[in-house]
Amino acid sequence: MNVWDWNFAGQIIPALLNGLRITLVATVLGSLIAFVLGLVLAILGRGPRPVRIVVRAVVEFVRSTPLLVQVYFLFFVLPTFGVVLPALTVGVLALGLHYATYTSEVYRAGIDAVPRGQWEAATALSLPRSRVWTGVVLPQAVPRVLPALGNYVISMFKETPLLIGIGVLDIVGQVREVGGQSFRYVEAYTIAGLLFLLLSYPASLAVRRLERRRAVR
Amino acid sequence: MDNLGTFLSVLSQGLPFTIIATVGGIALTIVLSFVAGLALLSSSRTVRIIARVYVEGLRGTSEVVQLFWIFFALPVLVGFQIVPIWAGILVLGLNHGAYGAEIVRGAVQSVPRAQIEGAIALNLTPAQRMRRVVLPQAVVEMLPPFNNLFIQLLKSTALLSFVSINEITRQAQQVLVPRFNPQAFEIFLLLLVMYLVMSLVITAVMRTLERVAAARVGRTPSARSRRQATGAGVA
Amino acid sequence: MIEFDGVEKRFGDHVVLSELSFAVAPGEHVCLIGPSGSGKTTILRLLMTLEKVDAGTITVGGTSLSHMDKGGTLVPADDKHVREVRKRIGMVFQQFNLFPNMTVRGNLIEAPTRVLGLSKEEATARAQELLDLVGLGDRMDSHPTQLSGGQQQRVAIARALAMRPDVLLLDEVTSALDPELVAGVLTLLRDLGASTDITFLCVTHEMGFARDFSDRVMMFDGGRVIEDAAPEKLFTAPEHERTRAFLHAVVDR
Ligand SMILES: Nc1ncnc2c1ncn2[C@@H]1O[C@H](COP(=O)(O)OP(=O)(O)O)[C@@H](O)[C@H]1O
Ligand SMILES: [Mg+2]
Repeated sequence: MNVWDWNFAGQIIPALLNGLRITLVATVLGSLIAFVLGLVLAILGRGPRPVRIVVRAVVEFVRSTPLLVQVYFLFFVLPTFGVVLPALTVGVLALGLHYATYTSEVYRAGIDAVPRGQWEAATALSLPRSRVWTGVVLPQAVPRVLPALGNYVISMFKETPLLIGIGVLDIVGQVREVGGQSFRYVEAYTIAGLLFLLLSYPASLAVRRLERRRAVR
Repeated sequence: MDNLGTFLSVLSQGLPFTIIATVGGIALTIVLSFVAGLALLSSSRTVRIIARVYVEGLRGTSEVVQLFWIFFALPVLVGFQIVPIWAGILVLGLNHGAYGAEIVRGAVQSVPRAQIEGAIALNLTPAQRMRRVVLPQAVVEMLPPFNNLFIQLLKSTALLSFVSINEITRQAQQVLVPRFNPQAFEIFLLLLVMYLVMSLVITAVMRTLERVAAARVGRTPSARSRRQATGAGVA
Repeated sequence: MIEFDGVEKRFGDHVVLSELSFAVAPGEHVCLIGPSGSGKTTILRLLMTLEKVDAGTITVGGTSLSHMDKGGTLVPADDKHVREVRKRIGMVFQQFNLFPNMTVRGNLIEAPTRVLGLSKEEATARAQELLDLVGLGDRMDSHPTQLSGGQQQRVAIARALAMRPDVLLLDEVTSALDPELVAGVLTLLRDLGASTDITFLCVTHEMGFARDFSDRVMMFDGGRVIEDAAPEKLFTAPEHERTRAFLHAVVDR
């Protein structure tokens, strides 16, 4: 048996690309949740003391424990409360929640970097609190943190394959299917790896360029 | 709640695997981080390129894919199967070593140029400069990011459940959930708490090392780790 | 002892030193003065091989820093050669550059044990002598960060002396110090100058020190020596307008 069969490699590519589509969908939706929820956590983290303590504790707990276990947690626990969701939905929720704890730290740093004077000026103009956030603080904080958020999107993309744990047929799920049928794994896993590299490496180069551009300004 | 004792004992059976994978993975990560991190700074272009390919290759692909590749593709290529737990440690180390290499590179580069010049003026050899002057100072900068990296590694050990290593996540998902499905909440909460405790242990060890290392260079712990400490909430 | 011959140094397009030639005799004390950016530090860094010359040659004790003799032809110096000439030269930096990961003892015995091959006991005994000499005999186990700037600089001087250099390069060693600490360090240097036969090349803005420490003062501007004279002459009757203006500005400060 040849170690590498080009013919076979060609045959499985459509299935792998199909899986890649699922991986990308999960990443995009997961990122959207992480962006929004992370911001909410960051703002709550600056709220009254009891809120702040609870938010920090939750963030720290979620950050310190494995995403895979959190995926299982949602997948097996939600149904015991009568909530039955498709595996992909559960996966997207778990990705979004887990990464929200990372992005909340990113936002926090970005918000902390807005000079005190900006808050004071906004207060001096007696802007309402919501307007201070949406009109003054966030427009300055968010652009600053875009590269860091971009890095987390790339990380999430690479972590998405663990959703095979709950049967999501993403790219690695497809590899397992085609590999399992033919007992040929070298081509399938190698191509899967290369597909990740092909997407994530240029993406991280782009983020690095963005970082440098922001550093210059 | 009366099954809690059972849960704890079944999960504990997986603990040795989780701990061996974590400790072994951390050991390999440290070695690879230093080797690759210093190679990234080598004066030889070839060495730099090899290190760059390793770092970008492993950071650019998915850890799950790497795991399956080593378990299913590598045996076909080399003709034999590695003992699963060793293969697991290998993947954890290779993957996190690539991230660690950048930590080492960054920390070495952050040592002021003046320190190296001081060492040159005393006629120390390049190797002595690195070992005696640069690295001891760089290590102080490395410890906080290594703390994060090791916690990432601990979390990654859960992936080993995919390749039939009976660590704690697999114990929960394969042994406990099928038997006590309605109590999935308790099972997974307990599992999460076990990971939390282990990550707190890692943080505690790293904080101690940070204090020791910072004292050696005559500093109080770096501003960065203090910020992390106050932001940690539970730590 | 030191000889610069047609030395040129560029940073990119920026020519810092061009056609620079001068010599320093063994045991001579020479001070370099001149405005900031005129290339004084660069001269010391070239001597310490922290920078490479672009053209011309520098020799120390008759040995070229950049070239070596190999079977009758001159070839670019290898590492071994550079380390051999470097053994004769010590340098003290403006910012001390003590190693923060070592105690005072560590700083003083590191190079003697590792470069000169002294035993730990020998190196420590010598470190103690030198610390006594610089007036810090009881600070052997202190950490550099526990010392004042002046004390750190005195340790740095002891560290350089521990290598028994023939040539000592001093780059504005008092510029980073609080004013009240400057005198102590300068007194130490005067004592060293009087009690050793080390060749000194020092860059300084302390004109009083330059005047009574040096045998010769070189005024630098724009990468060239514009005046080279005994201190009595240079400080009282400078020949060049540029020197006069510089001294005026420094003294008026
Ligand atoms: N590493 C470097 N890269 C570029 N320019 C440098 C560098 N070091 C020194 N220079 C330039 O060389 C000139 C001389 O510097 P220096 O020797 O430090 O002057 P001085 O010690 O007399 O103040 C300055 O214009 C400085 O900007
Ligand atoms: Mg200077």
